[in-house]
Amino acid sequence: MSDMSALAATQIRFGATLLDVSLHNERRAYISIDKKDAPSVCRYLYEEQGGRLATASGIDMRSGIEILYHFMIPRDHQLITLKIKVEKPAPETGSCGDFLPAAIWIERELNDILGVTFTGHPDPRRLIMSDDWPEGVYPFRRDFKEPAR
Amino acid sequence: MKRTVIPLGPFHPLLEEAEFFKLYVEGETVVDVDLRIGYMHRGIERLSTEKNWDQSTYLVERICGICSTSHPMAYVQAVEDLGGFDIPDRAKFIRVIICELERIHSHLLWVGLAGHFIGYDTVFMWAWKYREPILDICEKLTGNRNHYAMMKPGGVRRDLDKNDFAWVHKELDKVIAKTEMLTGAVLDDPVLHARMKKVGVLSKEDAVGYGTVGPTVRASGIPDDIRVDDPYAAYDKLDFNVCTWPSGDVFGKAAVRLLELIESVKLVKQCMDEMPEGPIDARIKRVPEGEGIGHAEAPRGEVFHYVRGDGGNSPIRHKIRAPSYVNIPSFKATCIGHTISDVALITAAVDPCYCCTERMAVLDNSSDEFIMSGKELETESRKVTAKLKADYGRLTPVEETVAKFLKEG
Repeated sequence: MSDMSALAATQIRFGATLLDVSLHNERRAYISIDKKDAPSVCRYLYEEQGGRLATASGIDMRSGIEILYHFMIPRDHQLITLKIKVEKPAPETGSCGDFLPAAIWIERELNDILGVTFTGHPDPRRLIMSDDWPEGVYPFRRDFKEPAR
Repeated sequence: MKRTVIPLGPFHPLLEEAEFFKLYVEGETVVDVDLRIGYMHRGIERLSTEKNWDQSTYLVERICGICSTSHPMAYVQAVEDLGGFDIPDRAKFIRVIICELERIHSHLLWVGLAGHFIGYDTVFMWAWKYREPILDICEKLTGNRNHYAMMKPGGVRRDLDKNDFAWVHKELDKVIAKTEMLTGAVLDDPVLHARMKKVGVLSKEDAVGYGTVGPTVRASGIPDDIRVDDPYAAYDKLDFNVCTWPSGDVFGKAAVRLLELIESVKLVKQCMDEMPEGPIDARIKRVPEGEGIGHAEAPRGEVFHYVRGDGGNSPIRHKIRAPSYVNIPSFKATCIGHTISDVALITAAVDPCYCCTERMAVLDNSSDEFIMSGKELETESRKVTAKLKADYGRLTPVEETVAKFLKEG
């Protein structure tokens, strides 16, 4: 690790792979990347920049599902959020679980609530939805309708 | 050797929330752990998107009874981050006071329960006795012993009365003297050393890999603390130490919490002395479109809230991540190789709560069924301590302090 901030180092290392870099303020940075680059950028932030994966979140936008990996970089006092977009109706992206244990649970959760398949996930079972929840029904999708009681 | 599966949970006296651990054991030794959550899924993230920005503050306060101010704290900061709102200095100091009081009572609660669990009931009675004045302070300052409802996007809901501060100082002085006595007795006790040292060691690599937070990661020698890493409220204006311990074991986790207690008392006192006069609310009118992240150092570690707004009256997405979500998977690294009586202690070290229904069964998957209750597991853990005490041969420092206390009244 050099004196350079993790954000600057990532920009130099990945160059045009980063589709968009924006600073919301000095403590919050957002980086948009293509979904195929997500595992390699995550691995770089975790293994070489001392980033801690705080969590990931997913949002169903009309154009597709947005997945955000939030990395805390303690030495820079900065939170870097990686944004990727996966397309419906069968959203699918590479998993970070094989090198980053912190990603295992949250990727399982995203699969439960949004139906995103993480290929190469070491343990792709259900996590938070109960076992009798119907297959293919995802409560955080826009088209989800609450069952009549 | 024959491998046996022991289901621990979903309802278990050690766990704050219902979780399910499947322990794979060979003889007494745990060889693998499988974890399952979701039994307490209340749909709060979804519910929040149906409430307005103000109502969600009350909703997230109900996520946890002990961390009842850390969740609103992280949430209101996420909303403030979204809109780029600045809050008045006085509100920042009030926020720190409430957060630190919460940390003190939560850590005292943990110390008491941990003491009870390993068979040191004196520690349990002491810790809970000295937790009471802290709850009295909370009631005096906020109107409630818990669930203070002090946070709101833009500031705090109620001002503190500085005429109360002299009394609060006096009460805190009493608590700090007792806590120091308790800390000294616990950290010097050779039986506790024998019981807790080298048990459930979380290595630095695993602590980072699992993304653990709070006392769990600090006990592995890593000084991660959101109050310093991403200072919020008035923490950048205050002077305090981040307590770490190098060992990563149960003893380290206890030590970190006990040391933090004293730092927190100092923080509350500092805030009362240095609190500026002025308004307490920035009066936010409208939350614009955008996204915001807020996090806060709860007693158990980082609480993380992400909100996305579309300019409307409520968030369109609200992601909440509580500290146990990242601390619990680390059991996979800490429990393996230990005995069942230690597993209870290791899971407790991350932070226990006895409010859940007591139910646990020990089953042999090769037909010869055997049931073991939570009570029996507790007894197992206490037996180990009793044997260590007997081996020690004379009064331990905790017992000596009790004897002295009883003699002198």
